[in-house]
Amino acid sequence: MSIEIDHVNKHFRDFVAVDNVSLTFRDGELTALLGPSGSGKTTLLRIIAGLEQPDTGRIRFHGEDTTDLHVSERGVGFVFQHYALFKHMTVFQNVAYGLTVRPRKTRPSKAEIKQKVMRLLELVQLDWTAHRYPHQLSGGQRQRIALARALAVEPKVLLLDEPFGALDAKVRAELRRWLRRLHDDIHVTSVFVTHDQEEALEVSDRVVVMNKGRVEQDGSPEDVYDHPANPFVYQFLGNVNLFHARVHDGIARIGDVQLPAPEFQGYKNEQGQAYVRPHEIEVFAGREHSDALHAKIELVSVVGPTVRLELRTDNSDELVHAELTKHRFRALGLAQGSDAWIRPLYSRVFLPDERVANG
Amino acid sequence: MDKGAYDVATSSTVIDTNDTIAKRWRRATEEPAWIRVTLITISLIFVALFLLLPLSVVLYGAFEQGISVWYDAIRDPDAMSAIRLTLLIVAIVVPLNTLFGVAAAWAIAKFEFRGKPILISLIDMPFAISPVVVGLIFVILFGSQGWLGPWLSAHDLRIIFAVPGIVIVIAFGTLPFIARELIPLMQQQGKEEEEASLTLGANGWQTFWHVTLPNIKWGLIYGVILCNARAMGEFGAVAVVSGRIRGETNTMPLHIEVLYNEYMFTAAFAVSSLLTGLALVTIAIKSVVEWQEERQQRLAAA
Repeated sequence: MSIEIDHVNKHFRDFVAVDNVSLTFRDGELTALLGPSGSGKTTLLRIIAGLEQPDTGRIRFHGEDTTDLHVSERGVGFVFQHYALFKHMTVFQNVAYGLTVRPRKTRPSKAEIKQKVMRLLELVQLDWTAHRYPHQLSGGQRQRIALARALAVEPKVLLLDEPFGALDAKVRAELRRWLRRLHDDIHVTSVFVTHDQEEALEVSDRVVVMNKGRVEQDGSPEDVYDHPANPFVYQFLGNVNLFHARVHDGIARIGDVQLPAPEFQGYKNEQGQAYVRPHEIEVFAGREHSDALHAKIELVSVVGPTVRLELRTDNSDELVHAELTKHRFRALGLAQGSDAWIRPLYSRVFLPDERVANG
Repeated sequence: MDKGAYDVATSSTVIDTNDTIAKRWRRATEEPAWIRVTLITISLIFVALFLLLPLSVVLYGAFEQGISVWYDAIRDPDAMSAIRLTLLIVAIVVPLNTLFGVAAAWAIAKFEFRGKPILISLIDMPFAISPVVVGLIFVILFGSQGWLGPWLSAHDLRIIFAVPGIVIVIAFGTLPFIARELIPLMQQQGKEEEEASLTLGANGWQTFWHVTLPNIKWGLIYGVILCNARAMGEFGAVAVVSGRIRGETNTMPLHIEVLYNEYMFTAAFAVSSLLTGLALVTIAIKSVVEWQEERQQRLAAA
């Protein structure tokens, strides 16, 4: 079931939470709504669910207008950050809830409910917890139960609000891979909200980056990471270094380094900012390339298999962050305080807004 | 062998050191023994003088002349009428205020609206105003000289000096108990579980019945008990609006006062012991509820 968001606006007093957003989530796709806190991603999700009313705009499920449909009639499955399991009910009763509150006419029989609940509990690999209470389970288990509960009513769309936000790093990583596999099995159109770029890139078919209530970019994870549409997306998705760059005829120059910038063909001597990811900076111990920039290593931090360097170049006050493998770092024989030469391998240049149209 | 002996020696030294430390070391919030003993003694004397002594005086006074005298005092028609009236009022007021308390707490805790702080202050008002003043307010409203008096007498309705008046002032006076108990509880619980219930297809009533009510159950029972205790014991406001008609509009506290003023001390104490007994039962239930709630929370936290 596809979801269509058509020019939706929502404000709380003076705060604009969702600013004229139009999006379409395709049938069976798992989409991540990614953005910093206050970017409107959760509000948008709650509007899709019917937990909030948009000020203007329409929501359509598979072409059918659901904007004015009450949340209880929309057929959405919603998973909350803090699980929102019913504390006084057992796991079984929690998962069965959506079926037991149905009107008598459409309510399945007790045996059918039992069968279905147990099947769902098996699906989330927690059938042995049926008679426990939520407080007897770990956070990761609770969230899986919450997911089973949401799936019990066979929702047309599944909405997850920072589903792994309250869990510790290891459980998070496990659970998101599990969610990905689960989604491959059941193929229900799903939207999940996260502020964790790694989570969004790893799990989803598609990433929608939001900021200040607006959609900044919408594309596949690879596309969004490799070709950020604007400086915000660049900075939000991973670390990035900024260099002053001069753009001339499709070539960007950072110091003596020349990098291709084909999108600026025909521009003459424009000043812009070059965005370079830390792992896209080559580090040398000696002056092997005439165009490399000289820098001093100010800090070395070893994070597992990678080494992060903070370097200061001769003509910049800003620190440059570079990332390389431990293996490569050892081979270079670098240390804190030593001299190094760096060269950006790839960059993306953004000109100040008012200069873009002049090309 | 040698090595073993050495081991034993070391471990015993370690224990010795720990003991000395434990003796000298005091927890940061702990006071010296003499301060503790003095404070505890003072508190116990205070409790004995101001709580236990009056309670035993009531019971002693009631049963001083034997159980049959006590029984006669209770069986007195006026006393029986006072007991019946008190129970009737409790039966009307407590459900009424339970309904109001749950509704008010629900509105305040789960919704945002203009004038919410004013509503909260209004709910507290009956606590702040003296009961006598409350009684007078309703006399001014419904009395024969009051604003609505002429209209009421034209329609042959009696509120002041009748049971409806008593119900109204007691309902007013006990209005905050349940709401006050539930508001912080419901605010703390937030509305995620209710939202979850709604997304699962439940309607508002089902959500209230299956999700909200079980979550506030213990707090609600606690509030009901407090409300009940206060409804039985209310004196000042009732004294103003009831007209103290014996056998008709005298509640138990009023009846006790009448007996006392007529130097019928044993009878006064007998009815008092009954009222006290009801209060003690209420407190016992309250303690059980508190204990239950604590256990519940401990379980939830575990």
